[in-house]
Amino acid sequence: MTPDRTIEECLNELSNIAGADGINLSSEISALRRKFSETIDEEKAWSLVRRARASGRPRASAVIADAFEDFIEMHGDRTYADDGAIIGGVGLLGGKPVTVIASQKGSNLRDTVSRNGGMASPEGYRKALRLAQQAEKFGRPVITLVDTQGAFPGLGPEERGIGQAIAMNLREFSHLRTPIVCVVLGEGGSGGALGLSVCDRLLMLENSYFSVITPEAFASLVLRDPSKKKKAAAMMKVMPEALVKSGFCDGIIPESSYGEDLSTEEIIRGIRESLLKEIAALSRRDIDELLERRDARYFSF
Amino acid sequence: MPDDTLYCATCKKERTRSELASTLLVCPDCGHHFRMEPYERIATVADPGSFVEFDHDAPLKDPIGMVGYRERLAEAVKSTGLPEAVITGSCAIEGNPAIVAAMSFSFIGGSMGSVAGQKITRAMLEGVERRVPVIAFAASGGVRMQEGIHSLMQMVKTSSAAWRLDREGIPLFIVLCDPSSGGVIASFAMLGDVIIAEPGAFVGFAGPRVIEKTINRGMPEGLQRAERQLDRGFVDIIAPRGEHRELLARLMRTHPVRSIRPTREKRRGEKR
Repeated sequence: MTPDRTIEECLNELSNIAGADGINLSSEISALRRKFSETIDEEKAWSLVRRARASGRPRASAVIADAFEDFIEMHGDRTYADDGAIIGGVGLLGGKPVTVIASQKGSNLRDTVSRNGGMASPEGYRKALRLAQQAEKFGRPVITLVDTQGAFPGLGPEERGIGQAIAMNLREFSHLRTPIVCVVLGEGGSGGALGLSVCDRLLMLENSYFSVITPEAFASLVLRDPSKKKKAAAMMKVMPEALVKSGFCDGIIPESSYGEDLSTEEIIRGIRESLLKEIAALSRRDIDELLERRDARYFSF
Repeated sequence: MPDDTLYCATCKKERTRSELASTLLVCPDCGHHFRMEPYERIATVADPGSFVEFDHDAPLKDPIGMVGYRERLAEAVKSTGLPEAVITGSCAIEGNPAIVAAMSFSFIGGSMGSVAGQKITRAMLEGVERRVPVIAFAASGGVRMQEGIHSLMQMVKTSSAAWRLDREGIPLFIVLCDPSSGGVIASFAMLGDVIIAEPGAFVGFAGPRVIEKTINRGMPEGLQRAERQLDRGFVDIIAPRGEHRELLARLMRTHPVRSIRPTREKRRGEKR
């Protein structure tokens, strides 16, 4: 029996008892019922955010290692630096070349520090664009894997034009003449995640979320109460199901089966199968038709 | 707009809005540019009587059913007298036809939600349709948080519209006003062929408070000011408000729009 059923039963009982004594508690009971359902929504949304952030999640590096063959990593934006928060390179998916661009949070403490926890600098976005334009040149599909809290809000990124770098990616990816599939692995945080998310098809792992701003920031900026992060997560509708409904997300890749968690290997197998299917379907389309659809996808919002 | 008091932090003096009308809300002593509302802004550049507004009555939207958002919108409409955070339309500047968009920081921090994003996009596409330059005055804290994912999508939409201007050979002139930040600076506001900024305007992606929280120390003074962004190469020209009209007219004369789409195939691979 699920906890909310029990509450429901308690409320019914309370209503019956009150009714037998000739007391009308219906407005109090419906207020309680609303409060309980709000609380459940908040807990669900927040537990999703926590799972999406958990350190044991499938990282981009693991997905790249297991879902693709012959992956070769490329480095640098050819302007200033190589940003470890974004990994990019070329590999084979089912024997066909693809370009993979991924935000990487880091697999251990040291790696996490060197990758800035997956928070990218302008160089990361510029590397991504360089590789995407190469993919266009060679007619390879682009696969992006997103897992970031957001772009790095630091002094260096500001001085080197983090806003401009993201803006360029939005403009160019929106008309890149090759299919693009995006998979959100964990966190899809704000404009920083958006800079890698413009695509033809967007898939989300079951325990991932995409959000205009972190629930913590929404709580303090809009709700004016930093402790209301759970409420913020629920209000912003960050869960994959809600994002499917809004037309942002095209499919959810399962992380569980009959209530049991799948292993990382099984999840990655699921990602690979989804990618094979999506890329095959997109590659059959005429590129101009694909671009019209991509345009329509974003102009519908 | 009521005749409210404006405080000049540099001169430590109080001014009234009406007192500063003749200087276009610029402090006559120190040159500080006070924030300006869209209709006043458009009047500083447009030929008198030439402005024709688009989408004034575009209905407000609450796409994700956010608790309290409709009330917040109603309050913003009431306090600013504006229909949304951006006003768009067509006008002439020294006789040159243009499309113009101007944002209001007073309207929920100038935030770009689905209606504002749609108005900006539509204005840009109108520029394509009429083959006239598009001028956008940015003044925004970023995207409208209350619309969730729908707001983020406006960044893609406006950037995608900027791509169309590129393809069609239509100039996009951006004027960064105080403040130009967040999702607006990470989309169309950084995609202008020419990027102008008002003196002293905040221009940056992350707000100083967010950065302070991340790096655990204060922001060096002036790091995200227009002047620094000029040094860093993200702004072409810093121009005081009083010069915008003449400057934009000069830009329009030097960027004549060709009557047909450019035939040269773009490197980004337009096939048609």
